[in-house]
Amino acid sequence: MNAVRRGLDKGLVQAFLVVVGLIWLTPLAGLLLSSLRSAEDTAQGGWWTVFSSPGQLSFSNYSALLKNAGITEAFWNTVLISVPTTVLVVVLAALAGYAFAWLDFPGREAVFLVVVALLVVPVQIGLLPVAKLFGQLGLFGTIPGVVLFHVAYGLPFAVFLLRNYFAEMPKEMLEAARMDGGSEWRIFIRLVLPVGRPAIASLAIFQFLWVWNDMLVALLFADSSAQPLTVELQSQIRQFGSNIDVLAPGAFVSLVVPVVVFFAFQRHFVQGVMAGSVK
Amino acid sequence: MTATLVKETSPPPVGLADRARRLRRRGRIMAVLFVLPALLLLGALVVYPVLFSIGRSFFDASGTRFVGGENYTEMFRDPATLKAVRNTAVWVVVAPALLTGLGLILAVLVEKVRWATAFKLLLFMPMAVSFLAAGIVFRLAYDEDPDKGVLNAAVVSVHDAFTGTSAYPTARARDGQGLRAGADGSYRTSASVSPGDVVALGLVGVPPKDLPGGAVPAYAAAKKAASDELRGVVYLDFTPGGGGQQGKVDRRESGLPEMKVEAVRTGQTVASTTTAADGSFRFSGLEAGSYAVKLPASNFAAPYEGVSWLGPALVTPAIIGAYLWIWTGFAMVLIGAGLATLPRDALEAARMDGANEWQIFRRITVPLLAPVLTVVFVTLVINVMKVFDLVYIIAPGPVQEDATVLATQMWLVSFGGGNNQGLGSALGVLLLLLVVPAMLFNVRRFRRSQR
Repeated sequence: MNAVRRGLDKGLVQAFLVVVGLIWLTPLAGLLLSSLRSAEDTAQGGWWTVFSSPGQLSFSNYSALLKNAGITEAFWNTVLISVPTTVLVVVLAALAGYAFAWLDFPGREAVFLVVVALLVVPVQIGLLPVAKLFGQLGLFGTIPGVVLFHVAYGLPFAVFLLRNYFAEMPKEMLEAARMDGGSEWRIFIRLVLPVGRPAIASLAIFQFLWVWNDMLVALLFADSSAQPLTVELQSQIRQFGSNIDVLAPGAFVSLVVPVVVFFAFQRHFVQGVMAGSVK
Repeated sequence: MTATLVKETSPPPVGLADRARRLRRRGRIMAVLFVLPALLLLGALVVYPVLFSIGRSFFDASGTRFVGGENYTEMFRDPATLKAVRNTAVWVVVAPALLTGLGLILAVLVEKVRWATAFKLLLFMPMAVSFLAAGIVFRLAYDEDPDKGVLNAAVVSVHDAFTGTSAYPTARARDGQGLRAGADGSYRTSASVSPGDVVALGLVGVPPKDLPGGAVPAYAAAKKAASDELRGVVYLDFTPGGGGQQGKVDRRESGLPEMKVEAVRTGQTVASTTTAADGSFRFSGLEAGSYAVKLPASNFAAPYEGVSWLGPALVTPAIIGAYLWIWTGFAMVLIGAGLATLPRDALEAARMDGANEWQIFRRITVPLLAPVLTVVFVTLVINVMKVFDLVYIIAPGPVQEDATVLATQMWLVSFGGGNNQGLGSALGVLLLLLVVPAMLFNVRRFRRSQR
């Protein structure tokens, strides 16, 4: 009797989770299928009609997208913003994280507490002052400007994460290296970076996705020649409904890079996000 | 992150003291070089802007006149910013609680199936997607037209499955052709009819392409009726290509199938039926007397159009729905990680004592998970307060002001035409003030972990 009930419960749980899974999948499936349909078909009926007439599907929207100079340029801008940001954040945070964990300098604890406090500072508060500052420095509207802003707002979390990870390294390991007469720089390159690889990987992936997906910062700091995919697409959202044949494939392209990165490095990403909670 | 910071290196053996001192001095210089780049950026682009914004928030729009706290009082007087404050409050009250609850339920349930990993991956994946892409995904899903938005398509088909669809939303009767319109949208015969009669009810306004597939010409249907039956035909009083006579069933005129027909006697419906493929209907076994034939309003009801998800009333709940799609996986995975660390024996012991699953969940799992739940909840509160992209993307232009939250309002006021950087700075400072508790929480949690 009990076994029957348990079996029934399990069946219910499975059914419930299947339904939840389908609900999660449907919006994405809708976007993908919409991106493969012509504007005329979209005007005629919803994306689910492809199940009855699969002939609607074609890659013509994507080939049109490839010829759309605005979109391809925005795609490269996205790469040019997110890759340097990721590299810079990782390098600067690794240096600082190591110093906060293992090097002795006056005010170390206090300064690190400030970094912890900065974890939750909303980017919104930086928009206006930094825009003015960049305006004076000639950085406003440029890709380096966008990168610098992202780096600064990525650093608190990055330093926090790496400092905590490095601090867990066995003290003996570092002391042995110091006794061998290695300079701090050598120790950092030869010992700390390799040991810290898992945390650095998590951080890099998390940071890359964060910047790849950003819209707000680029909306303000990037002018039309520097704007990434997110900004380019949002500028077309006013005509929503009439341009689904551009928006849907565009959104899909902007989404496919993060999703591939996510599946390729899921463990690192999940760890990065989890470490970043309370950010 | 339970790192313990090693505070001081232990005193080096005598004789090495000199070397140790040299090492330490060199270490200090190195340390400064290591932290300086990061600190310079943080100072210039994070700390300085915070101070600047606080100062700027006490000045007027152009930044020339000191206005004290005026921007802060303006915030709660101006209807648009007040709306933003209210909406942010709704977000903060609703979204984190829903997400934590949903994440907890799913985290517990998913442990019971074998494909837990696949499920977690699927739900977590939206975290990797930009708010912009998610916004477009949901803008599409929420589209009001049931032929575009999947949500309304589902709502409409469920609705129609229960109440039925009306086949002829556009049909109407010509004036003076024997049918009288009721106030509710129904039609009835203006002259009374009695058993033995045959009535022909002509309607117009149905485009030939909207005729049901099986409709056939009505000409043959208008037969003679027996004395206890009332026969009739409902037909489209329109001959394709012209010709034909109004009010008469011409040879090529189509019947209107699936039409509901009622026989009414002294105000009461005594019989009802549905027309056949040629539009014919028949009421048999009627008592003698005078009747009216009625075509009820349900035949002509306008089609149900679904819910206006992105209208002013529902736009915030709708965007919160999209937010749930993005963040539920996060809550589930974090809580799931917490679940994995629960002491197995406590759960087993409770099971041995005969506690049922619900009791275990309420009395053991939830209390033991409380710290994790707090972390998830606080994280979500912080992120919900800063929500910007989703609102900016999903809310259609005209509804933007109904959906506005602090972050979007700050943007609009500062850069989006408002150009009031005093008020904009004040809104930014408000956002900062709202996360100060989280800031203290973080700092305290960190300091505790260092002891």
